[in-house]
Amino acid sequence: MKRFLGFVKKEFLHIFRDFRTLIILFGIPAAQILLFGYVVSTDVKNAGVAFLDLSKDETTQKLSDKICSSGFFHRTDNLLNYNDIDKVLKKGKVKAVVVFEENFGSNLISKGKASMSIIADGSEPNTATLVTNYITAIVTDFNMEIAGTSAGSGSLVVPEVKMFYNPSLKGHFMFVPGVITLILILICALMTSVTITREKEFGTMEVLLVSPLKPVQIILGKVMPYFILSFINVIMILLLSWLVFGLPVKGSVILLLAESMLYILMSLSLGILISTVSSTMQQAIFISLVGMMLPTILLSGFIFPIENMPEVYGWISSVLPPRYFIVIIKNIMIKGTGFIYVWKETLILVVMTVIFIGLSIRNFKIRLQ
Amino acid sequence: MQKIIEASGISKSFGVTMALKDISFEVDESEIFGFIGPDGAGKTTLFRIISTLLLPDKGEMTVLGQDCVTGFRELRKNIGYMPGRFSLYQDLSVEENLNFYATVFGTTVAENYDLISDIYSHIEPFKKRLAGKLSGGMKQKLALSCALIHKPALLVLDEPTTGVDAVSRAEFWDMLRKLRQHNITIIVSTPYMDEAMRCDRVALIQNGKILSVNQPQKIKEGFSRKLFSAKAPEKYTLINALRKYPETLTAYPFGDSVHVTFTGDRFDNKIYEYLRAQGISNATIVESEAGIEDRFLELMEKEVKA
Amino acid sequence: MTKDIVISVENLVKKFGGFVANDNLNFEVYRGEIFGFLGANGAGKTTTIRILSGLSSPTSGKVIVAGIDASKQPEKIKNQIGYMCQKFSLYDDLTVKENIMLYGGIYGMRKSLIRERTHELLEKLHFEEYENRLISDLPLGLKQKLAFSVAVLHEPKIVFLDEPTGGVDPITRRQFWEMIYETASRGITIFVTTHYMDEAEYCDRISIMSEGKIVALNTPFELKRLYNAESVEDVFIKIARPVKN
Repeated sequence: MKRFLGFVKKEFLHIFRDFRTLIILFGIPAAQILLFGYVVSTDVKNAGVAFLDLSKDETTQKLSDKICSSGFFHRTDNLLNYNDIDKVLKKGKVKAVVVFEENFGSNLISKGKASMSIIADGSEPNTATLVTNYITAIVTDFNMEIAGTSAGSGSLVVPEVKMFYNPSLKGHFMFVPGVITLILILICALMTSVTITREKEFGTMEVLLVSPLKPVQIILGKVMPYFILSFINVIMILLLSWLVFGLPVKGSVILLLAESMLYILMSLSLGILISTVSSTMQQAIFISLVGMMLPTILLSGFIFPIENMPEVYGWISSVLPPRYFIVIIKNIMIKGTGFIYVWKETLILVVMTVIFIGLSIRNFKIRLQ
Repeated sequence: MQKIIEASGISKSFGVTMALKDISFEVDESEIFGFIGPDGAGKTTLFRIISTLLLPDKGEMTVLGQDCVTGFRELRKNIGYMPGRFSLYQDLSVEENLNFYATVFGTTVAENYDLISDIYSHIEPFKKRLAGKLSGGMKQKLALSCALIHKPALLVLDEPTTGVDAVSRAEFWDMLRKLRQHNITIIVSTPYMDEAMRCDRVALIQNGKILSVNQPQKIKEGFSRKLFSAKAPEKYTLINALRKYPETLTAYPFGDSVHVTFTGDRFDNKIYEYLRAQGISNATIVESEAGIEDRFLELMEKEVKA
Repeated sequence: MTKDIVISVENLVKKFGGFVANDNLNFEVYRGEIFGFLGANGAGKTTTIRILSGLSSPTSGKVIVAGIDASKQPEKIKNQIGYMCQKFSLYDDLTVKENIMLYGGIYGMRKSLIRERTHELLEKLHFEEYENRLISDLPLGLKQKLAFSVAVLHEPKIVFLDEPTGGVDPITRRQFWEMIYETASRGITIFVTTHYMDEAEYCDRISIMSEGKIVALNTPFELKRLYNAESVEDVFIKIARPVKN
């Protein structure tokens, strides 16, 4: 028993003397609670709604005002025709489009019912379901209001719900692109973050430094093989998604591959950057795996919509590369958009890649101290 | 003859520890220059400064005509560096390691093969074996080959014989001496005092200071007193007894004997009576030639007293 | 007077798959003896030491350590021995005192006894001022001396030292060996491996292993006479062959 207690005491001492472990022990649970509490929200807050009002009468005015003043939605666009619906949903700022039929108000009075459509962006099934449910609930409420007015009882507004891009609301349309994003950045960053620190730990870096090799040669030389191999990886992942989950690539496959390779290059560069600041492989793995996994899952818009988060988290999210790639990959695969819709996100990824590589070269220590 | 290394006033600290204190020395072309000292003496720190991997806090050093701070790019092409842990790629084969270093330095194995053939021939039969699966002595030979393959003007070997058995150590020094005919200057660090005798000149280094620089023979001759070697079957009793003897200045165990110095550099037969009284009846004490280690111990004592 | 035998090895064979690391070893070690165990890298020394310290079992043969059969009850051996290896012995992020207390506890010593021995130890080594220093702050020589003292804290019958003086300065090395002498005079058997050939001379008897076999076993004096050599190093170079791979 004495031996056992003596041993336990030693373990306590190790933990308390290791500052980093203490941070993990106490800091991470605290951070997680905060993150989870704020980020994990399945409510709809301030979602964008566009209106295609083919009637433009008092009733549609009242109803759309009611929708917009509910606190859950805000009006983004007033569309002019049906073609605009696809365009505006592809842009991504709008979660649903509400369409009022012609002669909405008069139909309600004369025929006793009026039709409207709620068209939601099915590429985010959870959000889409919530949004349509909320709007339907508001409409039901509206129905109860008008039941007691001149329109007479028995008058109903009948909403028809349609899901664009993902009619059967398959969950993996949301998850699989997000998982692809997550896996690619974690694996790529992990691989390159370890490779430089491994040389440092094993001592071979010393010998490399006392040689004509320049830092940029070492860095790019380490990225190259992983880049080429990751290409094969991407094709395999996309094939699996298609074969196993039935995930289509509605847009251009070539564009998707090109964007994926850009994302991979960015991830590899991020890994190199991590390796320039880590002195041991353990540190490198910790930063690239543990450090990045949680923010990527929670803050990239993978599961929880960014719009629902408090502003601060929104800002943090905007420096996370996965956030942009998720938009790109969902757009191309599920919405079938072309380059025009994703050029901004692409440019951001390019800039990030250049910054990571530049910083890596600058950080690369040409001496041992 | 050009000086390959000229160092003056080199100092280096890590936090509160002073690793090197005001080091000055010179290395001539084509000589084998040894730095002899135990762990913590500062050998690795010094070698890293020479190889441009660390910057000195104070002092100046010129290596191969270049300043060690500003001329690092040029120097890194012309130095063959072998750090303490042999630093080879464990998951590459013997052949692959050698080819890699040759390519990185812009040459081929064939081009300078004659330089390494003596060394490499020992491991060539195993050229497809992974470096991680080699014995200590073989790793040592491979690391040396990789450091030499680009025909450097200066070979920097940091403790190449540490942890290697005596036979491999002896073979290694034979290989080094053969390299001199190729006009390569070699600096070696080692904790083994006996290896000092195989260098052209040595610097004894301890606690960041150089205690002495000279040819090994002259360092031995620098021993300031007469050295005596005492032997008896009861080794432990002998040491304790000699230490307590009033005329003894120093007494150190040296393998099967005890190296003693006496006040006045002499002893008389009274000592045998004294030893017999302590239970040692078959002691022999003869005058003996001081070795490098004796001189090192003497210099260490002076440092401690200072 | 017959000497106490503390280690008895009879026809020891250890195989790893097809590779014979220890090939039919036979030797005895006596109480209070300083026994040097030499050999080239890869000769099989570490394998033998692991078997003797109960960390590994023989493939065949009879090995008795401190009266315990190593193939039948290897775990019991650990209570009778001390062990000090070169790379690691003490915890860097604990203080001197904490290390001593920890090992004392692991050896199952009474708290009062640990305290008593701790005092003795610190006094003997002139370590009192270092009592609360972290091991990582100590110079190598002090670490080694402390590690040795901790290895014999519980006064075991045998202590195994694996290259205990690697890289240490010449003065500290000698002080270390004087500690070994003093310990042996208390009746503790010292089983030591080393690469410093002059240290082999400090031993009462030495054995030299080569390619899995013991090729020499005698006092240093006798070995030098038999092989017409001036030093143990010469003997070694004559008969020990580095493993050719």
